[in-house]
Amino acid sequence: MLNVPTLSQLQSEGRKAEIVFWVGCAGSFDDRAKKITKAFVKLLNQTEISFAVLGTEESCSGDPAKRAGNEFLFQMQALQNIAKLDAYEVTKIVTTCPHCFNTLKNEYPELGGKYEVIHHTQLIKQLLKEDKLTIQGGKYKGKRITYHDPCYLGRANQVYEAPRALIQKLDAELVEMKSCKSKGLCCGAGGAQMFKDAEDGDKEVNIERTEQALEVQPDIVAAACPFCNTMMTDGIKNKEQEGKVEVMDIAELIANANDL
Amino acid sequence: MNYIPNLIFLTLLSLSIGIFARNIKRIRRNISQGKSLDRSDQSGLRWKNMILVALGQSKMVSRPIAGFLHVIVYIGFILINIEVLEIVLDGLTGKHRIFAPLLGSLYDILIATFEVLAFLVLVAVIFFWTRRNIIKIKRFWKDEMKGWPQLDGNMILYFEVVLMLLFLSMNATDSLLQELDPEHYISAGSFPISQFLIPLFDGLSVDSLLVMERSFWWMHIIGIFIFLNYLYYSKHLHILLAFPNTYFANLNPKGRFAVDLNIKNEVQMMMDPSFSVPEGEVAPPEKFGASDVFDLNWVQLMNAYSCTECGRCSSVCPANMTGKKLSPRKIMMNTRDRLEEVGKNLNKNKGVFKNDQKQLLNDYITPEELWACTSCNACVDSCPIEIDPLSIIMDMRQYLVMEQSAAPAELNSMMGNIENNGAPWPFSNQDRLQWANE
Repeated sequence: MLNVPTLSQLQSEGRKAEIVFWVGCAGSFDDRAKKITKAFVKLLNQTEISFAVLGTEESCSGDPAKRAGNEFLFQMQALQNIAKLDAYEVTKIVTTCPHCFNTLKNEYPELGGKYEVIHHTQLIKQLLKEDKLTIQGGKYKGKRITYHDPCYLGRANQVYEAPRALIQKLDAELVEMKSCKSKGLCCGAGGAQMFKDAEDGDKEVNIERTEQALEVQPDIVAAACPFCNTMMTDGIKNKEQEGKVEVMDIAELIANANDL
Repeated sequence: MNYIPNLIFLTLLSLSIGIFARNIKRIRRNISQGKSLDRSDQSGLRWKNMILVALGQSKMVSRPIAGFLHVIVYIGFILINIEVLEIVLDGLTGKHRIFAPLLGSLYDILIATFEVLAFLVLVAVIFFWTRRNIIKIKRFWKDEMKGWPQLDGNMILYFEVVLMLLFLSMNATDSLLQELDPEHYISAGSFPISQFLIPLFDGLSVDSLLVMERSFWWMHIIGIFIFLNYLYYSKHLHILLAFPNTYFANLNPKGRFAVDLNIKNEVQMMMDPSFSVPEGEVAPPEKFGASDVFDLNWVQLMNAYSCTECGRCSSVCPANMTGKKLSPRKIMMNTRDRLEEVGKNLNKNKGVFKNDQKQLLNDYITPEELWACTSCNACVDSCPIEIDPLSIIMDMRQYLVMEQSAAPAELNSMMGNIENNGAPWPFSNQDRLQWANE
């Protein structure tokens, strides 16, 4: 059973959370992404860390509206969220979605929302370092894992090492695609593309990226973004490789390794 | 003494610098048609960035072959300019190799270095030409390169070949004359490359050699004057603008898109009727986003003039590589071409823009291109001089959505969902925590 306290519960008990887990819309509603959310909460439950979610008080960060060009709607969402976060005196936020991560971290401060925002791979790495969490190796020993850099984590915010460090902690073989890190190719979902059909072209972006991933013959494609996860999963299905290659979030890999 | 050559030289030099200065002024004026943007902060970091990226070419070498060749041409260009300075001084004073007596044996080393560089530049330029025209590297043959851009790319290479050959031929005839006519040609310089051209001129009379040497000398310097003034009409302008362009580049994380604080007041008024705009703060803008160059900021316009059409951005663009119409390079070229059109309009109408019923949107850039962008920042990351096509795409999307409500239907429903249920999908916000119990 998951232990998922909300900020309002904690407040009614006169308690506060050390860190707020910003779940994001995909993590809350999308069936595939919900598994990532749960895997991450299992890991949090394994540690002593005090965390809470906003629950029904959370609302879209506004990222897709902003990337689609609707600055007005973005700011409405942002100002509402900032009001809530400030009411709970939140100072630190972790999120499993690089899009929420980016906009909370980089675009909220100008609107008055100043928080320390980290990505879940960064938090997990930190918890490992502080011995608050351990990874039981073995399960993924020797597996070939390639890591797909989400644009809004990598190029947008220069987070390249934390996710890779975690994969290496699994005793797995980290294999890099021909475009990786700052040269990583987009999955095709960013800039609000997730919510629309692609413009006319001769190929889907996720197919191009999946081909790059399959070139290095991985057992697992590791993702760190719910949208990349969907795009890569679709790509693997399109290539009829779903029996051979799995697409997994790094939180899921670690939760699995720990038999959670 | 005959001063006619000096006078001719002075006239050509003044003309060349005069036209160049006029063009630079026009570029400044055109760039200043853009909106203001404060990039006067963090000057230390900005200098560092410029020295690293523009002067140090740090981003060029991410593609080793093109990067290496470019560094050769770049170093050649910078150092050979010392020789150009001597030529200009010679031209003005009527002296010959004015630096030679001042520098002594160092002069020999300098001239030898210039020759070796000239040779390396020639080799690099031949490689460049081959890559463009024989190997036909894809990024040089995209749609937006048809016509003038294609020709321009080759013209620059031809200019460089001709200038280097004239420089070497000038030295070859000069070194012969140093033996045959020591009275006028002082013995100076060392000629490791042009010595191989000597057989072409050997056996000619002193008079013919004199004519040839003078012709090469004049053609070389006139060629440089022409090339200087060609810059304005060419993508080659990057040799100058790369410096301010990197100095004024965006230093924020690439994921941080501009937040329009003018809109904030309006949003707050809507959310809270009792909210009043704090005194001294500007009212909401009259127009949201960008549909023409006037709506972009001056850095974006300078970006457009700085672009050298190398196409690295488009070659890494996920939309472009999968056959969509979007090409970040085309966004920059279109912005520049529209700005040039506006500039000509200003020239014609005494500096006041006369409505020409045209704009950047639709007349140059179509919504289809704008909607193909995934905002992945690959184009921004790949640019060797830190041009930001993405910011223009986003500003234009903003215009489409906020001024014209012209978003694709699916995006409208996504935005409707966010407005109504706080999520891009039609789920009730009351179900947001259901996953915890599943």
